[in-house]
Amino acid sequence: MNASNKKLVWIGGLVLLAVLCVLPFLVKNFRVFQFNMVMIYAIAILGLNILTGYNGQISLGHGAFYAIGAYGAAILMDGAGVPYWATLPFAAVLCFVFGFLMGFPALRLGGHYLALATFALALAVPQMLKYKKIEHWTGGVQGIVLSKPEPPFELSILGQPLSADRWLYFYTLFVLLIMFLIAWRLLRGRVGRALVAIRDHPIAASAMGINLPVFKSITFGVSAAFTGVAGGLSASVVAFVSPDSFTSFLSITLLVGVVVGGLASIPGAIAGAIFIQYVPNVADEISKSAPWAIYGTFLILLMYLMPSGAAGLVSKIWSRLRPASTSATSSPEGKLS
Amino acid sequence: MKRTFLATALAGLTLAAFSGTAIAQKKYDSGATDKEIKLGNVNPYSGPASAYGAIGKTMDAYFKMINASGGVNGRQIKFISLDDGYNPAKTVEQIRKLVEEEEVLATVGVLGTPPNSAIHKYMNQKRMPQLFVATGATKWGDPKNFPWTMGWQPNYQGESKIYAQHLLETKPNAKIGILYQNDDYGKDYLKGFLDGLGDKAKTMVVKQLTYEVTDPTIDSQMVELKASGADVFFNITTPKFAAQAIKKAAEIGWKPQHYLNNVSNSVGAVMMPAGPENGVGILSVFYLKDPTDAQWHNTPEYKEWLGFMQKHMPTGDLKDLNHVFGYTMAQGVVQVLKQAGNELTRANIMKQAANIDMNLPMLLPGVNVKTGPDDFYPIERGQLARWNGKTWVLEGKVFGR
Repeated sequence: MNASNKKLVWIGGLVLLAVLCVLPFLVKNFRVFQFNMVMIYAIAILGLNILTGYNGQISLGHGAFYAIGAYGAAILMDGAGVPYWATLPFAAVLCFVFGFLMGFPALRLGGHYLALATFALALAVPQMLKYKKIEHWTGGVQGIVLSKPEPPFELSILGQPLSADRWLYFYTLFVLLIMFLIAWRLLRGRVGRALVAIRDHPIAASAMGINLPVFKSITFGVSAAFTGVAGGLSASVVAFVSPDSFTSFLSITLLVGVVVGGLASIPGAIAGAIFIQYVPNVADEISKSAPWAIYGTFLILLMYLMPSGAAGLVSKIWSRLRPASTSATSSPEGKLS
Repeated sequence: MKRTFLATALAGLTLAAFSGTAIAQKKYDSGATDKEIKLGNVNPYSGPASAYGAIGKTMDAYFKMINASGGVNGRQIKFISLDDGYNPAKTVEQIRKLVEEEEVLATVGVLGTPPNSAIHKYMNQKRMPQLFVATGATKWGDPKNFPWTMGWQPNYQGESKIYAQHLLETKPNAKIGILYQNDDYGKDYLKGFLDGLGDKAKTMVVKQLTYEVTDPTIDSQMVELKASGADVFFNITTPKFAAQAIKKAAEIGWKPQHYLNNVSNSVGAVMMPAGPENGVGILSVFYLKDPTDAQWHNTPEYKEWLGFMQKHMPTGDLKDLNHVFGYTMAQGVVQVLKQAGNELTRANIMKQAANIDMNLPMLLPGVNVKTGPDDFYPIERGQLARWNGKTWVLEGKVFGR
């Protein structure tokens, strides 16, 4: 039964992969662009979730790392002519360093104080980007207009060509899978348990031999690096960066994504990303006068209906259905063997 | 002789017949049909600039009124306006929805410099009209490089040329001090001003100072400007700093001839906080009829606008200039559609937009909308008004092209 379960997972995974590969050819380029944004937000949310969900450090400043990643990638592409795919490692390293440095004050600040300190970062970065001395790189308030990367080869599926957006879809999907894999490897092992231990009981954690300052700072760095990679991707997908793209509201949006998706859940990041991408559009369609009131209503309803996020809801449903499903699958198998 | 006449008549008839079919022939790009014209728009209905959302709502209400009275050339206008929260990344998404999914015929009145910058290249690649953008940056009137983008309101450079012209006419030996915000907006104004002064700029401008939008105050700049001996002050600042400058000038007893850019001539946001008595004598450019100005209240133009507001936007604030702005822009759009007739192609929309010469009711008398194949700046005129301690009073002639 265990073996057949594994087989099922494999088949399910392959089907999912096939669907994901065909999907962009079934819809218009604009929808593909939205899918790309969902995947990018999912990576950013995953990054924030490592910090907030697993390690218990609240950050209201991850929009700043997203911005730094985006600008880092944009400046490399625009100023230095670096190909788009080579900018992501740079964005990751850059944001890791910034995040690591931000992690130091975080050691002394807990809870709400940390949230405020990081929020200051979110407020400061859009203004810093307009700073005169770096204007010839950042383009000041006007930002940087980029070109979308062209697909390296021609291809046509279902009569639809591989457009720039569709190519970016596969590129983003590839990065998304890698980032999720990294997060999975990181959080499912010793490191993940150490992070959770620090979150739940720091004194006990250090008594067990976990080096708190090192772990907390590195967590901040890794989390920032994930979000920076997302920012770097967004520079290619949106093909434009400007200070107004990364206001402090972005940071709050990312935190909303983490909570809606489910704290300390890796797949939850995708649900959170879908929420922050599509719900504002739905709200705008319902009311032009008060779109944020509608957004807020959705948020309150969601928190009421699934207090532990989308991931929490799924696992709740799963645990309820499970006894039934095990018995259902076991009986035909019993007959077979 | 007779044969020649017949031949000429025949030729004339054929020509008439042909040109007749050419006029009657309907040509459509996607977004236009016999019954409907789809127009797209992106406005900040949420976020930091949501006050401008009033513009999109007014345009929507105006088009609904036009539709109720039969539409344009028998076609209903379907106005699809989406929210970007003034976030350029979101503007890109919403514009792509309008262009690729809704397949609108044209976009009109997309608001803000950063949002329009984000889509500038895309719109021109897609050959999609980015018509009448609601921003004052000068770069929108560049038909050579961006033939699908056109401005609307007086651009910053055009406005500062008005100050320069007024100065040259009234005070040719002035010593000018300039304070400007150190970004594209400030530099845009500065360039227009210096261009407007021409050769005399070198001798007339005695001091140019800048500030950063992140600076807490501009007090030291004001002291320095006074010390330079300037007797004219060109104030290129955003509302918060404009109020500070007016206040500080009064405090240190500096009384130059003071020109204030249109960006900051709001009564509520600048003149009152600065102290209404401190700003007496300041000059600024206007181009729309301010609905709070009582001199218009008995004119048919104002009454028509008021009627529109009461009937179609009953909850709209009658003091809000944005309603006048949206109303005027919607009228401009309707004029372009009327002129385009039955040839509703994107190319023809741009061609007609570049062939306007009209007056609109809520523009100041003498301010017109005029474009040409190489003039993509629709409104280029304005009139100076002087602050009397209570309100702006229009004075002198209408300036500009």
